[in-house]
Amino acid sequence: MIADGTEDEEKWLAAGSAAFKQNAFYMQRAIDSNNLKDALKYSAQMLSELRTSKLSPHKYYDLYMRAFDELRKLEIFFMEETRRGCSVIELYELVQHAGNILPRLYLLCTAGSVYIKTKEAPAKEILKDLVEMCRGIQHPLRGLFLRSYLAQIGRDKLPDVGSEYEGDADTVTDAVEFVLLNFTEMNKLWVRMQHQGPARDKERREKERGELRDLVGKNLHVLSQLEGVDLDMYRDTVLPRVLEQIVNCRDEIAQYYLIDCIIQVFPDEYHLQTLDVLLGACPQLQPSVDIMTVLSRLMERLSNYAALNAEVLPYFLQVEAFSKLNNAIGKVIEAQEDMPILSAVTLYSSLLKFTLHVHPDRLDYADQVLGSCVKQLSGKGKINDTRATKEIVSLLSAPLEKYNDVVTALKLTNYPLVVEYLDNETKRIMATVIIRSIMKNNTLITTAEKVEALLELIKGLINDLDEPEGLEAVDDDDFEEEQNSVARLVHMLYNDDTEEMFKIISILKKHFLTGGPKRLKFTIPPLVVSTLKLIRRLPVEGDNPFGKEASVTATKIFQFLNQIIEALPNVPSPDLAFRLYLQCAEAANKCVEEPIAYEFFTQAYILYEEEISDSKAQVTALQLIIGTLQRMHVFGVENRDTLTHKATGYSAKLLKKPDQCRAVYACSHLFWLEDHETIQDGERVLLCLKRALKIANSAQQMASNGQEGSAGSVTLFIEILNKYLYFYEKGIPQITVESVESLIQLIKNEESMPSDPYAESLFASTLQFMEFQKQKGGAIGDRYEEIKV
Amino acid sequence: MNFLLGAFKPACNISITFTDGKNRKQVPIKKDNGQIVMNPLFQSQETIAGKIHIDPYQGKKVEHNGVKVELLGQIEMYFDRGNFYDFTSLVRELDVPGEIYERKTYPFEFSSVEMPYETYNGVNVRLKYVLKVTVTRGYAGSIVEYQDFVVRNYVPPPPINNSIKMEVGIEDCLHIEFEYNKSKYHLKDVILGKIYFLLVRIKIKNMDLEIRRRESTGAGANTHVETETLAKFELMDGAPVRGESIPVRVFLSPYDLTPTHTNINNKFSVKYYLNLVLVDEEDRRYFKQQEITLYRLKEEAS
Repeated sequence: MIADGTEDEEKWLAAGSAAFKQNAFYMQRAIDSNNLKDALKYSAQMLSELRTSKLSPHKYYDLYMRAFDELRKLEIFFMEETRRGCSVIELYELVQHAGNILPRLYLLCTAGSVYIKTKEAPAKEILKDLVEMCRGIQHPLRGLFLRSYLAQIGRDKLPDVGSEYEGDADTVTDAVEFVLLNFTEMNKLWVRMQHQGPARDKERREKERGELRDLVGKNLHVLSQLEGVDLDMYRDTVLPRVLEQIVNCRDEIAQYYLIDCIIQVFPDEYHLQTLDVLLGACPQLQPSVDIMTVLSRLMERLSNYAALNAEVLPYFLQVEAFSKLNNAIGKVIEAQEDMPILSAVTLYSSLLKFTLHVHPDRLDYADQVLGSCVKQLSGKGKINDTRATKEIVSLLSAPLEKYNDVVTALKLTNYPLVVEYLDNETKRIMATVIIRSIMKNNTLITTAEKVEALLELIKGLINDLDEPEGLEAVDDDDFEEEQNSVARLVHMLYNDDTEEMFKIISILKKHFLTGGPKRLKFTIPPLVVSTLKLIRRLPVEGDNPFGKEASVTATKIFQFLNQIIEALPNVPSPDLAFRLYLQCAEAANKCVEEPIAYEFFTQAYILYEEEISDSKAQVTALQLIIGTLQRMHVFGVENRDTLTHKATGYSAKLLKKPDQCRAVYACSHLFWLEDHETIQDGERVLLCLKRALKIANSAQQMASNGQEGSAGSVTLFIEILNKYLYFYEKGIPQITVESVESLIQLIKNEESMPSDPYAESLFASTLQFMEFQKQKGGAIGDRYEEIKV
Repeated sequence: MNFLLGAFKPACNISITFTDGKNRKQVPIKKDNGQIVMNPLFQSQETIAGKIHIDPYQGKKVEHNGVKVELLGQIEMYFDRGNFYDFTSLVRELDVPGEIYERKTYPFEFSSVEMPYETYNGVNVRLKYVLKVTVTRGYAGSIVEYQDFVVRNYVPPPPINNSIKMEVGIEDCLHIEFEYNKSKYHLKDVILGKIYFLLVRIKIKNMDLEIRRRESTGAGANTHVETETLAKFELMDGAPVRGESIPVRVFLSPYDLTPTHTNINNKFSVKYYLNLVLVDEEDRRYFKQQEITLYRLKEEAS
């Protein structure tokens, strides 16, 4: 059936076109022979083809365009006729003798066009007559095209300001009147289309109407092009009349299209000055009209306008654009009860963007928008609509993008309230967006309050939220990524004032500790590092120039640190905690806080003993312990002894011999601190080295026994030799030339063993080093001189 | 042969010319056989004068019992064909009985002739004016020649000319109000008006204004009424909604109209009506007919 329909339509169009062409041909012949009567007759017959009801708008347009072309020829002919002496008034009457109304009116418009050109009557009279007479076509499609023809021929003949048709009697008011009238009638016809024909074709009709809308909108375009339509006229005449028509037609498609049309065709300046009128119309539209898009576009336009022309900003203030828009949106939302949440959010989002552009200095406006949005969202629970969610994200991102500064966004009290309405997933996304913004702009967040607010915002990343675990299927990679970003964020929270900084850190701790085991390993380290940084900035105790007791003391901070790190072993990252303890110990060392440092070390040792069981990890951990301990100078003899003793003990207990050996010779450093004479115990250094040699020996024996994994024992000897050399150079009396020499001898003997290229090169470079030191001369050179190789 | 030919020919040629025949306006008249001829135009109270030429064929003489010219106003009913009713009859004797040997010219004049009725060619009736020249002969029959002329009478614009305004409708279905600016129109007039749609519950396809002529002839039981639609003028295309008003502008000049004739010599009447017709999508017609009076207004400068 449908296929037949289109086929038939093609046939009808073909038939219509054929008849049309034939009559056009006769008309042309009559024109060529200057036969007015026949020209009229055939043109009327030709135009009769436009009377068809069988064509869809699209096909009808085809026919209309042909007619349009032919009528141009006829118009030229009419013009010539008047030059030849035919009275244009008679001509105007003559065309009205046609019995069929549609051809008659097309001819009348054509003759009217000539009439105006001859200026024998005021343009306004003729235009008015034409626009009135066209009422005879009540058929929507035919009427629309006829009036569109009228609009077309009238376009260049409007008595606009500066037009040749402007006169004493003809003013731009008449031009406006004409266009408005034509517009009104066209819109009526257009709207009426909807109600004609059976209900089942509704969809098709709506589509067809969509194709025709530009015919109607064209009038508004013409209005906007009129020179004489200045702001006053626009405000007093054009806009109210157009709006009246739009509101009264009560048609969804028309209202949507036309309001949008107004917004697009008229200058922004006009919109700005007539904002309340335009906005006042919005709540009066049909509830189904997609007002949100319309308003969004309006605000978008105004924002762009403001963005491009800074000098107009005062006008925005003058007309209170923001409050008007805000009110209007409120009213629209109120009027349209079942407006989807998406629309409402989109509206607020646009409004927010608008106010950010136009009133970047009025943070309260932005906050107000968010407030309204919250009000709108309240009682709706979490938002499930994904599009709405996206829109909220964009709403929330807007201030960040605009100000490039989270600090400003943090001042918006309603900001977090809006965030509340997001689902967890989106909250996380939003939080990432916020953090990214901070990172990108290197924004430092300097006060505790802001930090608190910020953390509240990014709660999605810091906490598990109230979602049952397991349901949350966050990708591990994503999770890591997110947490890393949180970690990076920590460094952006900074204040020069130590007290404030401490507050910030406390807040962070409070939030981070609630984050659950998975997060701690990401969040704690930066926090600790940040805290350590703070410690370093603390004035040295007793050196307080103000003499008053600082509320933030190192002790307090260390306690605090301890608390933080304590959280870590609970989660399976003892390794991390261990390292952090050592870090803290070192910091305590700097602050000369012996007990604290000792405490940290104890913690680290405990962790080492209880939690670090993997042998490789143990090696690394031990190296760390030794490295850290070596640098500690704060300890008293007793404490240090305990700690070093422990460390050497651990070294001897390592699983593999080479590991043992290396750890033990490393321990030698614990007894010799160059700058601290209290910790210079050559005996024990030697002891350590000797023990290392012993272990190396047994390692070698195991190797000779054919055991695997001990091929590198020569390497061990060479390494120990290096230690010997080091301490020898430092001038420790217990390290004698003989011992060094014998060690070299020993290595040389070992060299005869199956060669190990690594060991060989290591030994070679060691010897080379000794040679080099010798060459250097001086005290060190002298010492090396003594060694006989 | 010549002799024979001559025997059946009338003995003379009679021609009638009007004094101002060259300048007088001629109007087309449709004759019985459908031919259109141009006839001179007169109006009531005009003097009809001219010359009659009697031209015997060469070498012949016309013997006669007198020559006369008559001015006749005749009404002819088609159902009573050939039977003329003369409502006006004027005679001028032109010559006493005698003989005409050569071309002879008689001037004639009917001064200020009362011709109250207009020439009219209807469906069933015809009213015409004719000049009839008779050369009376005792034997061989009289020789007669006719010359038609047309009479049109002009009237001044009527002092009272109200508009026609009326609300009509079918209950709960269609209510319209129409208005024509006048009730009396001259023949080159324009009908202006408006149709208001007060209620529309039917799907109207279009609306036409028809101009109808109603010619009634005879009287009493023998009355014949003939109605013709002279014009069908489309006023509206498509279905209007409530509150629409459709303009009416109909130029009467293209149509072949006559003035309204009321009871012409008790023989016939011609009336005109405007018939407003609405056609719905099922081709049902809704109409309202209103009589208008047509009159002939003196055309300026013609």
